[in-house]
Amino acid sequence: MKASWVAEEEKSKVLKMSGADMLMEGLEKEGVDVLFGYPGGAVLPIYDALYKKNIKHILTRHEQGAIHAAQGFARVTGKPGVVIATSGPGATNLVTGIADAMIDSLPLVIFTGQVATSVIGTDAFQEADIVGITMPITKHNYQVRKVEELPGIIKEAFHVAQTGRPGPVLVDIPKDISTSIGSYKPSNEVDLPGYQPTTMPNLLQVKRLADAIAQAKKPVILAGAGVLFAKAEEEILALAEQHRIPVTNTLLGLGSFPSDHPLFLGMAGMHGTYTANTALHECDLLIGIGARFDDRLTGNLAHFAKKATVAHIDIDPAEIGKNVETLIPIVGCAKHTVAALLRESTTSGDTAEWVYQLAELKNSYPLWYKNEGEVLKPQRLLEIIHEETKGEAIVTTDVGQHQMWTAQYYGFSKPNRWVTSGGLGTMGFGFPAAIGAKIGRPELPVVAITGDGGFQMTLQELSVLQEMKLPVIIVIVNNQSLGMVRQWQEIFYEERYSESLLPVQPDFVKLAAAYGIEAASVTTEEDARSKFAEALDSKAPFLLDCRVASDENVYPMIAPGKGIHQMIGVKP
Amino acid sequence: MRRIITATVLNRSGVLNRLTGLMTKRQFNIESITVGHSDDPSISKITIVVQVEDDRKLEQLLKQLHKQIDVLKVKDLTEMALVARELALIKVMTTPDTRSEIKVIIEPFRASIIDVSLENVTIEVTGDNDKVEAIIELLRPYGIKEISRTGLTAMPRGTQKTVYNLNQFSII
Repeated sequence: MKASWVAEEEKSKVLKMSGADMLMEGLEKEGVDVLFGYPGGAVLPIYDALYKKNIKHILTRHEQGAIHAAQGFARVTGKPGVVIATSGPGATNLVTGIADAMIDSLPLVIFTGQVATSVIGTDAFQEADIVGITMPITKHNYQVRKVEELPGIIKEAFHVAQTGRPGPVLVDIPKDISTSIGSYKPSNEVDLPGYQPTTMPNLLQVKRLADAIAQAKKPVILAGAGVLFAKAEEEILALAEQHRIPVTNTLLGLGSFPSDHPLFLGMAGMHGTYTANTALHECDLLIGIGARFDDRLTGNLAHFAKKATVAHIDIDPAEIGKNVETLIPIVGCAKHTVAALLRESTTSGDTAEWVYQLAELKNSYPLWYKNEGEVLKPQRLLEIIHEETKGEAIVTTDVGQHQMWTAQYYGFSKPNRWVTSGGLGTMGFGFPAAIGAKIGRPELPVVAITGDGGFQMTLQELSVLQEMKLPVIIVIVNNQSLGMVRQWQEIFYEERYSESLLPVQPDFVKLAAAYGIEAASVTTEEDARSKFAEALDSKAPFLLDCRVASDENVYPMIAPGKGIHQMIGVKP
Repeated sequence: MRRIITATVLNRSGVLNRLTGLMTKRQFNIESITVGHSDDPSISKITIVVQVEDDRKLEQLLKQLHKQIDVLKVKDLTEMALVARELALIKVMTTPDTRSEIKVIIEPFRASIIDVSLENVTIEVTGDNDKVEAIIELLRPYGIKEISRTGLTAMPRGTQKTVYNLNQFSII
């Protein structure tokens, strides 16, 4: 009698709630305090559940804006960015951002609405197979089939998104799952037998690397974004200083090593410094840490680090040996691995001559441009922004010339202040990403550097900026063209500027005014300095339309198909 | 080179799509693929026969398959002592004269006739690729109406002659 009485009581303790409420419970349990999203038919129950909750929701003006903002948030906070969108077009509008997050390893958890289970597969109104569409561009994705599965799936999604190599996880929730009532059992553990990322390195391999360091005369460290995700900046600095090993960064790794450090060679790759690329070409030991040897970094693989023993530390085993043959593979988290390496490697190689040689190169062949004439040079503009923000701002960009100039001239010295679309190269990324970054780190100045082309792809988010009064400074590096396309057409297509010039533009200052945002046009160096300082002081949204030299190119450069030693446009 | 790879996976919806999708995305050419659940219905076994260019590509494939959240285990069986079988159903044209002749031809293959009609017979044969190819070639002169093949499924033998090739061990 007693036993059944206990069972009855247990039963009554089980909470009954709707799928939408379970989602809210799950988000609260994961400590989510901000959502980026856009409502619609299939997510009405979710937005209704949200109405009762105290979770901040940023209503962007396009789903693409929501996901890029979530990416910016994730990049600067290290926490997963959470996105909600409706079924069909709402979900497909996220696709670019999902692919961008996948290739740049950003932790996102995306909830999409779906048509009701009963009509899935009937080409219903606003139905799209978003699970099928995003399968190759998510780390993992789910469609919820039973309301009781929801708490477990949410737990798993957050776990998968932020452990191992981070990435986007999508959860597709049919409308009837959101509305149907089920017993709520909070999920506290994940059971993923097929997913156990290796974080602790194999000590045998670490010892091999320590030996290689002791032997090396020309070692170089290539630090990528994996260093930032693992928060291993201090370990890398200690490793470099202990053994006198010069350091270069990938585009996405910028900020993982102080740019003003004497051992820093600058960024490597297509528009990297001559010194960094020469170091990669000439080195006898290359230690890649949390970098994936992308083609924009390596140039022609036939000439990449051919004289070197390649050691590669990465949390994703599939990255090791993918592009570059690797003699010392180490699967593990950058922080644990480099810490283990610091314990193991007591002997340094004799690198004095190498360090001297590279310092000489750095001295003789710095980044350069001709600062002449009346017109503002984009490189100078970036230097001014660096000076005015003391290199401490969070800086976001799209893709293209302004991105490369920012990478070259901003001079990042602190981690997680650099938000850029690296792998996918998404135009229109920078401005919405800046909104997310500002929400994530409100105490830091945030500068969105965009091109005149890219800004026009996502400028609708000016509304959000004004609505939230976010003090983000938008700097349009306006050269009245799709600069990088124009540059390639100039160099490789005999100046046939096919569809790359944008002479007809909105008046960006008036455009900002239409949204109630302060703005100024900048044409000279003095303008740039005074207006930027004004924008910084205003503590309000501010747009600067910077008219820069339209024929300026990004140099130095490795032409496509060329080796890393064949740079053009190096300082004479 | 031709490799026989097995993947043990969680039997979740879309898992086959995940694996074939990633192979398409990374330009691997699937020769055949068979799926069935194991003794535990929540776990499936997928046998993939695939053409890869070189060892590095092979390593990539194994790692990429393994990276999938729903994949528990990936194994390249090619260099191991293994049993590999496929099943083929072959519908052959017959006349009263040829029917007994066909019976004699298929006997050494331990194949059997599983359906008979006035104009044709359907033969079931099980074996490795070569065996199935051989019986098809022998039957071809009689006129093959239809063939249906399952693709290869495979398993390592209980006793292995040698320790398999070192470079098959992934560094995970």
